[in-house]
Amino acid sequence: MDNFFNDNSDLKFHLQHPLMRKIVALKEKDFADKDKYDYAPVDFEDAMDSYEKVLEIVGEICANVLAVNAESVDHDGPTVENGRVIYAKGTQENHDALTQAGVVGMSLPREYGGLNFSMVPYVMAAELVSRGDAGFSNIWGLQDCAETLHEFASKEIKDEFLPRFNKGATAAMDLTEPDAGSDLQAVQLRAEYCEERGTWLLNGVKRFITNGDAEVSLVLARSEAGTNDGRGLSLFVYDKADDCVVVRRIENKLGIKGSPTCELVFTDAPAKLVGDRKLGLIKYVMSLMNGARLGVGAQSVGISEAAYREAVKYAKERVQFGKAIIEFPAVYELLTNMKVSVEATRALLYETTRFVDVYKAYGFIEEDRALTKEEKQDAKKYNRLADVYTPLLKLISSEYSNSIAYDSLQVHGGTGYMKDFAIERISRDARITTIYEGTSQLQVIAAIRGVTTGVFAKQMEEYSKQEFAAELDYLNKDLIALTEQYQKAVDHVVAINAKEENNEYLDFHARRLVEMAGNIIMSYLLMTNTIYSDDYRVSAKIMVKRAKAQNAERFSYIMDFESKDLGIFKA
Amino acid sequence: MKGLKIVVLAKQVPDTRNVGKDAMKADGTVNRAALAAIFNPEDLNALEQALRLKDKYEGSTVSILTMGPSRAAEIIREGMYRGADGGVLLTDRLFAGSDTLATSYAISQALKKMEADIIIAGRQAIDGDTAQVGPQVADKLGLTQITYAEEIIGIKENVITVKRRLERGVEVVEGPLPLVVTVNASAPECRSRNAKALLKFKHARTATELQDTSEDYIDIKNDRPELVIPEWSVVDVDADPKELGLSGSPTKVKKIENVVFTAKESKVLSDNDEDINELMRTLIESHTIG
Repeated sequence: MDNFFNDNSDLKFHLQHPLMRKIVALKEKDFADKDKYDYAPVDFEDAMDSYEKVLEIVGEICANVLAVNAESVDHDGPTVENGRVIYAKGTQENHDALTQAGVVGMSLPREYGGLNFSMVPYVMAAELVSRGDAGFSNIWGLQDCAETLHEFASKEIKDEFLPRFNKGATAAMDLTEPDAGSDLQAVQLRAEYCEERGTWLLNGVKRFITNGDAEVSLVLARSEAGTNDGRGLSLFVYDKADDCVVVRRIENKLGIKGSPTCELVFTDAPAKLVGDRKLGLIKYVMSLMNGARLGVGAQSVGISEAAYREAVKYAKERVQFGKAIIEFPAVYELLTNMKVSVEATRALLYETTRFVDVYKAYGFIEEDRALTKEEKQDAKKYNRLADVYTPLLKLISSEYSNSIAYDSLQVHGGTGYMKDFAIERISRDARITTIYEGTSQLQVIAAIRGVTTGVFAKQMEEYSKQEFAAELDYLNKDLIALTEQYQKAVDHVVAINAKEENNEYLDFHARRLVEMAGNIIMSYLLMTNTIYSDDYRVSAKIMVKRAKAQNAERFSYIMDFESKDLGIFKA
Repeated sequence: MKGLKIVVLAKQVPDTRNVGKDAMKADGTVNRAALAAIFNPEDLNALEQALRLKDKYEGSTVSILTMGPSRAAEIIREGMYRGADGGVLLTDRLFAGSDTLATSYAISQALKKMEADIIIAGRQAIDGDTAQVGPQVADKLGLTQITYAEEIIGIKENVITVKRRLERGVEVVEGPLPLVVTVNASAPECRSRNAKALLKFKHARTATELQDTSEDYIDIKNDRPELVIPEWSVVDVDADPKELGLSGSPTKVKKIENVVFTAKESKVLSDNDEDINELMRTLIESHTIG
């Protein structure tokens, strides 16, 4: 039987990372749950075995249910009847299969029906789901809302909502409005406290809401009348059972067609406040968005994996001029570059996930006891890394998934443009990843902090100190040279920028700098893989070659640029 | 209605669906070492029917009964991962070499100890393709049998209603409990493993497996009796050794021949929309038309 987990040695490799020992230890707190729950692990090996076995279940469902349904879901799509969303038949089957398997809410604590899994296996599951059906991975991924409730909501709210996820409740995050897209400070949906009913009531319109008709919705709303910015916004949780939100319409989209994108009308919808007032956007949505960006990273890598496999399969079968097209240099170069890109972005995905895992685990430990000074420092370190790696990941993995899907369709030739092959759908599905949960341009604005504060540079230095095989040492030397070149470009841009009145010069070059950093970091991550497995030597070599060429181009552009040149680009 | 006691008969079989050159030994017997051991496919369909009854009638339990060597305990674990409550491994050297007559005798002896309301089995196993064990078990226990079942529709006042899939249509029949039902591959596929059940039962072992010194997590098994899979021997089920194994098996394999099919694959279609749509889909997918 096909299994998307078992057939993917690269994914399995990342589950075995040395940092998992630390992550599991933090997450399982001395394996205290083993006396309370008969499905809790008793030691590290047992926990890792559980991760693997559960991912096997997910991999099997993704290969045999999701991937099989993907075509009909893309064709049928969801519909709206009487203000309610009805999923495509395949979408419902997908959700039912995953719910029956008990894997929904796997990252929640056991007391809320979860498996208390760390982020690494949870993100791996998201990647597997996306490879099966990228559109469905939105519905799956919105269980992140449960994570946000778990992190910030009161015990009363947690007790009410969290146990529902494992039983199959779906979620939505209602942020965007017609006039508030990238700029969420402009959110206008009103929240007013009704003394008479003893509840908050929501009124207004939300737009582009993925899975908007979910059982549990997190809603960003203006709780402070008369305010106009982000400080007047709070986060609320709304229960569909109250039946006060109507789906006015769903969008007809280019891709991810199985995922319903809703316009919602709230009419005196009762809702509960999550956490504190006024922290809705500033704290909770920022956290929610970070989770969602990691989710898009997983979705992107899943799409890349699917696209790459479609290309290899076709290139081996398709015969032209008397041989399989995979034997032509123009085709095998494309394929190998795709493979390197998949492995590089996957390495970045799980590096980021591990950082998130560690600092989040500390956060939950802090609920029970005060952290020691060392633990606090450690938590801070990983938090800082996660903050800049997450937008870097979102930027690069989403852009790569589009280029991999593009190249895969190219390998298919004219056939790939037809509906007969999956790559046509995969290409359309990939397109959204660089747009939602913050466009690539916005990711650059978040990731540039990793450049200017030196967090990326410091990390590159850490990576370079590892012990590589002697015959690969020249690659490390290349990367040290690339790091110097990168630093020179950063210093150059920062120096000129300091003389300007605003940050426009830095903003203009930000993407180039972030991408240079990304190339070096991904090269180092593949180099790190070679320490544990020789299988990654080829990918590491190719990635370093590519980084050298691409960074040289960016370096040349940056150094050959003066501040007055900005003017010629202004429209 | 009180909960039902359901027993599923399941067999570990070599995966004969994708056989290579080394699938048969020179003497014409199946080369089990060369083939993966799997849960017999139609027994999974049977398990799904059992689990649906368990979902529907509160308080019901599902046990797996399997006969085989020690490694067949894997079938019981697999059943538990999907929702069964437990199972019994019928294992003894004296069972070795049993044909369907001896096997059904052994199983019916074990079933006498289990007091099942419903016994559900797959129609046939893919290694022997005889479809005899289910009916023979029913006969030996003097129970009603319903074969070729596709769906167990429900149970009311000790009467079960079952949809049967026959070559030229379907038939809905009723039967009194207790009884034996054998299930076709056309019945719904078995649900996947459930994460919590898997994590709960992954350490379940038989006493024989526990003797393996490399076995980990002995402590938890001592604390949790549900993790011990019972093994029953010939003595445990009160069976007569003469009716078991080679001495109890009148079937003798005389000769094995390679058969080359002359007819192309054929398929019987009925004149309903579903079958015609299915045919169209197959033809479009294979690019025969369209």
